[in-house]
Amino acid sequence: MTDALKRPPKKDPQKRTTSPTLPPFARSRKAVAFTTAAAEGRFALQVCPECEHVTYPPRETCPKCWCMHLAWRDIPDGGKLIAETTLRTSVNTYFRERMPWRIGTVQLDAGPTVLAHIHGDVGEFERVRMIARTDKSGQGVMLALPEKETENMADDRQLRTLTCSPKFRRALVTDGRTELGQRMAKALADAGATRIFVGVAEEWRPFQGSEELAAIPGVEIMPLDITDTISVNELAAEMGDKADILVNTAEYVRPGSPMQRHGVTLARDEMETNYFGLMRLIQAFGPGMKARGADGDNSACAWVNLLSVYALCNWPVYGTTSASQAAALSLSQGLRGDFAGSGVKVVNVLFGPLEESWRQPLPPPKVTPQRLADTVIHALTEGIENVTLGPVAEDVVRRYKEDPFVLERELTQLQPGM
Amino acid sequence: MKEQPSNALNLLANALTTGSIETVDLTHTLDPDFPVIVLPPEFGQCARFRVEEVSRYDERGPAWYWRNFSCSEHTGTHFDAPIHWISGKDLPDAAVDNIPAAAFVRPVCVLDCSKESLADEDFLLTPEFIQDWEREHGEIPAGSWVLMRTDWSKRTGAEYLNMREDGAHTPGPTGEAIRYLVEDRDITGFGTETVGTDAGQATHLSPPYPAHYLLHGSGKYGLQCLANLDSLPPTGAILVCPPLKIKNGSGSPLRVLALVERSSA
Repeated sequence: MTDALKRPPKKDPQKRTTSPTLPPFARSRKAVAFTTAAAEGRFALQVCPECEHVTYPPRETCPKCWCMHLAWRDIPDGGKLIAETTLRTSVNTYFRERMPWRIGTVQLDAGPTVLAHIHGDVGEFERVRMIARTDKSGQGVMLALPEKETENMADDRQLRTLTCSPKFRRALVTDGRTELGQRMAKALADAGATRIFVGVAEEWRPFQGSEELAAIPGVEIMPLDITDTISVNELAAEMGDKADILVNTAEYVRPGSPMQRHGVTLARDEMETNYFGLMRLIQAFGPGMKARGADGDNSACAWVNLLSVYALCNWPVYGTTSASQAAALSLSQGLRGDFAGSGVKVVNVLFGPLEESWRQPLPPPKVTPQRLADTVIHALTEGIENVTLGPVAEDVVRRYKEDPFVLERELTQLQPGM
Repeated sequence: MKEQPSNALNLLANALTTGSIETVDLTHTLDPDFPVIVLPPEFGQCARFRVEEVSRYDERGPAWYWRNFSCSEHTGTHFDAPIHWISGKDLPDAAVDNIPAAAFVRPVCVLDCSKESLADEDFLLTPEFIQDWEREHGEIPAGSWVLMRTDWSKRTGAEYLNMREDGAHTPGPTGEAIRYLVEDRDITGFGTETVGTDAGQATHLSPPYPAHYLLHGSGKYGLQCLANLDSLPPTGAILVCPPLKIKNGSGSPLRVLALVERSSA
């Protein structure tokens, strides 16, 4: 069993905040695909299409049959720990600060023998379950978990460097006026967040669920309107650097293609929330979070963007909203660059049509706000950066990966009259 | 030869300098969080007041501070021109840039409905109320601005729009009251402390939004989101309310002032 994580003590105001240091960063171009899969929480290695041989570390050619077309595929995650050691010294600053550190050799059921980080509850020669996740450098690494759940397993020190658990952390939910924001706040509270700051714009307008929201343990309602630079900056100044996890629940959605629209007023409103709103949050809260990426057990750890899957490809039924979501997705990719080296993960959830009033005429299957909130918690506790949610989104992402130009044709030309 | 100013202006200048005529500000601060009118969501909405810095003594402009601001023509304390409403769309000189400037400096009558509005948030101003007022203060002179004092400007937060599931609950005029002011008194315009010249429930009156429909249909003007009306006398003050000269503008945020004579103590 793992010792349960204790609530972090209050910060000593005389101590300098630890600067983020990083585990090894360098990877080959071939190995980036491993990181990509790890960011989605998938355990993938190169598989030879000719002889089915599974290869590790990443190579240009199959070491068995010299085939040049190795493909990355999800492989079985089972294995056995065949050797292990505990590092007690290192020339790498990141590991020096985190000694002792377990590493070991795992014989994968799929074939290869790999070097991996080892969870504290795994004994030598035991069966393990492998996960691939991005580490503080943003690079894919492997960690061997006990095959079966152990007590307080998620609190393992080495595992926690790969995850963004809300436990004992403080979160900011940017828009609490919607059911989504309210469910998100509740889900964070249930996941162990100690304080949940919930932004509410325009308190001069009443909104549904306000009393229930205020009653959630740990919730503090804060004035925040992400379309207003002054409001965003004032909250950032008031909260200081207390956002360990930021979940941007604000969205502005309206049906209509550019030609169906009359003027650009609504499109501007979409951009004000979906694009400029995100940018204001980044400028106000980003630098503080970036500086606190190694600030103990409640370090800043995750920035969560909730984006319509039509950010990937325009769907004319919600054409101009799709365009603003595409802008937001592009900005979130840039945000990964801004946070690089800080240990703060950018979590992007691409979701299919949400069950809310502006998407009311759309047919099922839809994603409920509760499901979206639960999915965010899952991504945080698992340390996953890229999530696709709902059958519609899964379908769009699958087709996008196959051929984005084919997807574009399908979304824009196969629905006459919509 | 130096021209002699008229006696009236001379007196005014002297009174302004000595303070026997006071300048009262009837304007709310343009604040991003100040309420605006809220329409059903499928309609276009009133833009909130927003500011973005261009530079603030920094690398974007080392010695100067300036900002861009944006808002609706109907954000904050604002002026309504006749073309704001469909009933006034074809009238001449009905946009803020071509309204004769004389309309912006006029005598003002203040109808005190604060007690009635405190007792009833849906209080409606009637011709009878105005006639009672006239019995006490004299007939409303033609060309005057008429302001409806409700003390609504003292409300803050959700109390201001007073929005519930069946809409906003704020005082305003009946259609008959507006007809009386327009047809029998030929006023210049009508102003309120609430977010619009009409009552919160005015969509259910006949015609809907009677102040907008009837005032603007007759080429009269509106003022709303006014403040400090409790510091004005019922009669005798001068209102100064020039909107921004926006080409073909339907309205404009503005600074509204009143010149008030203070009786020497």
